[in-house]
Amino acid sequence: MTERSDAIIIGAGHNGLVCAAYLARAGMNVLVLESADSAGGMCAPRTIGDGYQFPGLAHAAYPVSAAIRRDLKLDRFGYEPGKAIDTVALAADGRHLTIAADTASGDRLSEPDEKAYPEFRATYLAFAKAIRPLFDNKPPRLRDMAIADKATLAKLGWNIRMGLGREAMYEFLRVAAVNIYDVLNETFDDDHLKGAIAADAVMGSAMGPRTPGTVLTWLQRLQGELNGPMSLQSGGKSQLVHALTQSAEDAGATIQFNSHVEKILIDNGTAIGVELSNGELVKAGIVISNADPRSTFTSLVGAPQLDAMFANRVAQIRGSGVVAKLHLALSGKPEFTGLAESQLSDRLLIAPSMRYVEQAFNHSKYNEYSDNPVLEITLPSLHNSALAPEGHQVMSVNIAFVPYDLEGGWQEQKTTFANKVISQLGQYSPNLKSLIVDHELLTPRDIEDQFHAVRGHWHHGELSIHQSFMMRPVHGAAQYDTPVDRLFLCGAGSHPGGGLTGLPGRNAAKRILDLGGAK
Amino acid sequence: MTIEHTHFRQSLQRTPFHDRIVAMSTTEEWMAWNTYKVARIVDKLSTEYFAVRSGCAVMDLTPMEKYRISGKDAHAYLDRLVTRDISKLRPGRVTYIIWCNDEGKVIDDGTLFQLGDSDYRLCSQHHQLDWLLMSAAGFDVNIETETHDVAALAVQGPTSYSVLTAAGINDLEDLKPFDIAKLQCGDIPVTVSRTGYTGDLGYELWTDPERALQLWDAVFGVRGRYDIQAMGLSALEMVRIEAGFVMPGFDFNTAESAVRKGYDRSPYEVGLGWVVDLDKGHFTGRKALVAGKSQPLKRQLTKLVVEGNKPVGQAFIYNRKGGKLVGEIKCTTWSPILKANLALADIDLVNGELPANLWAKFDYQRELKWRTAWAECHAQSEPFYMPEHRSATPPERF
Repeated sequence: MTERSDAIIIGAGHNGLVCAAYLARAGMNVLVLESADSAGGMCAPRTIGDGYQFPGLAHAAYPVSAAIRRDLKLDRFGYEPGKAIDTVALAADGRHLTIAADTASGDRLSEPDEKAYPEFRATYLAFAKAIRPLFDNKPPRLRDMAIADKATLAKLGWNIRMGLGREAMYEFLRVAAVNIYDVLNETFDDDHLKGAIAADAVMGSAMGPRTPGTVLTWLQRLQGELNGPMSLQSGGKSQLVHALTQSAEDAGATIQFNSHVEKILIDNGTAIGVELSNGELVKAGIVISNADPRSTFTSLVGAPQLDAMFANRVAQIRGSGVVAKLHLALSGKPEFTGLAESQLSDRLLIAPSMRYVEQAFNHSKYNEYSDNPVLEITLPSLHNSALAPEGHQVMSVNIAFVPYDLEGGWQEQKTTFANKVISQLGQYSPNLKSLIVDHELLTPRDIEDQFHAVRGHWHHGELSIHQSFMMRPVHGAAQYDTPVDRLFLCGAGSHPGGGLTGLPGRNAAKRILDLGGAK
Repeated sequence: MTIEHTHFRQSLQRTPFHDRIVAMSTTEEWMAWNTYKVARIVDKLSTEYFAVRSGCAVMDLTPMEKYRISGKDAHAYLDRLVTRDISKLRPGRVTYIIWCNDEGKVIDDGTLFQLGDSDYRLCSQHHQLDWLLMSAAGFDVNIETETHDVAALAVQGPTSYSVLTAAGINDLEDLKPFDIAKLQCGDIPVTVSRTGYTGDLGYELWTDPERALQLWDAVFGVRGRYDIQAMGLSALEMVRIEAGFVMPGFDFNTAESAVRKGYDRSPYEVGLGWVVDLDKGHFTGRKALVAGKSQPLKRQLTKLVVEGNKPVGQAFIYNRKGGKLVGEIKCTTWSPILKANLALADIDLVNGELPANLWAKFDYQRELKWRTAWAECHAQSEPFYMPEHRSATPPERF
């Protein structure tokens, strides 16, 4: 029996660590229980073969917010967002498109498109900024609204009306719930540019460019960009997870690895602790789950402890992972047709048009994979040579629109699929195949098994409108507290959702402290 | 294969007993009950009523919603569904239950029959399949509607034990209230439960629809020796009010049918607090009911004896003659056996207490002329009529 803690946090993913650090800093005695042997959850590093290290599922990310950096003193613990990277939208013929912070350039790109791009970005960054108050706070309750909720809505209203101005506000209200396909068609001519932006808007979601709500997912992504430019997660002490671990431990939190929580212990409607897979019972004042809401309620709590309508809402949460991850261990630097060597360290995207992205998505709807998937390629070892043996490289590829339930089963088709992706990459990088020393493919099913996220969804549930804000993950658990007394949520399944933002963890900690901590 | 759909030609279904009831019907007073055509009055209301109270009445129960619930988690599922502690329920026993939504408002009531290990039949007033299925998320349980697959017959009244024994169903003498037994009526396999909705001695017989008419004939075969009447729903309404049984959807709005806020009811508000066990562990609505406990009860469905013998019908209730409106009558009957006007009324409480005085104001006709009357009402907590012979085991023999 471990010494009784004020709070147990299930899962040392980055949101769990953020929450732990905040609570520990507020004087609570926090125990984080992690089933893996290291922290980071989906962004914990993975090693394959003979010393090839990969940055987990999240290979590229935006910096966390200035507030989290400041509150948790992350910079003091070595946190440093990596070098800013550009996005290169690859073309099979080598006439690529480079998308930097405020410019898009490529020899096929028309002058109007080149001019429209910075305007488009500025407009959408302004929209993202306008809805920022929603992300930085717990979602407001519509009934029995607390003062803090009114403040959030007031800030939101102010930002949208006064921050944006009348014209921009009308435009925001017009596009907020529509699809990125229509918006991009209104703005640009170039298929390649539109494909690249659309791919980013839908990456990680079971949505195609024409799915309603994809402007919202795009704005959610831009929240990260408000914090700073995207960089690669290339391991080492400057990484977010490392700094968060240090910060949490410095504040007195304990992180215990190889401790898989099997069950949340509930006495008379109140969470009192957890049971580990080795049978050990750990009691605490409150229990906070960074696991996804479906596992939390369905497996860890169990339907018998929940009201029927609530349990049903949890069972209805939409979210099947649609992104697979391919890890390639390479004996040298790959060459991409038409790509300067310096650009190899950027983020490479294969999404040549919105039609291509939509068609790739279509296959996933019917439990098929596309022969032409959307790919996001990075070479983390170019940012940190320690990730691969001398002279060798590691390549990390996100493959979008890979179904969780594959017709015919993954067991039989995993190798075929990996080979298809490798040969598709080969169309852009002729020497790639000859460099491959080892590889690993993580399908959504593997992601579910290894990261305990139901149906292998990055964000623990789709970021659709009906699962956002005061409806995330479901009505009745949207303010981080749950129908089970003293049980809270702090993960990506909660508002404002997935991504390496730390915001669910921070908002949850604030909410818990507002409710009196473990008292 | 072509399936011929003919159901639309017949607006209401016939129960397996229909042929016999239609032959006995002198009134042709039919009504719809759960898509079936059933008798409101078969012959004469008073004879049907007195058959229940002093002889034996037989009523077709087939339209009642019946669900079969089985599977590994059937008990855990039902335990989470209902407000009552059912841990002591055993195969061969029945219990009265209610269930609530997440807000702790009553959805329906019913009887739960445990037929075997992990095998239950749930009978309910209203259609509940959607709620039952929705509640099944996370449980290994199988839920099937068997309303149309089981013919059910209520045999109720002081002589019902003797009637059934004479009709050839043996081994009833040890059957206690809420017991179930698998028996034979001659060569007809019949499941008998000592249950009912009349407040009197009585049984419910469950059989294969194919054998329904034979079972009916066996019971009515001893009609010469006993007073046996086929009974309609009007007589049932009289006796269930006498017994103080509430009817969800009629005496109060169920959670599923209430549209306006505050029109649904908690178990405590309808006098069903006795079937709620807040200490049994979690069930749907528990958290809301616990939270609601800290507030005084706002209203209560109350049993009233209304003075006088004028037919009460619909009426408002006031805190004194000509005073403040405090409630309304939801159902009422003249009780021939008690010689009294009985009612169930929804009454606003003051700090959790009934007003000291209650007066009903109602309109009635005398020789086709409408008049208004005031009658003082007396609240009571016990059932109006609950005879001792109802629970005697073995029952008295006639």
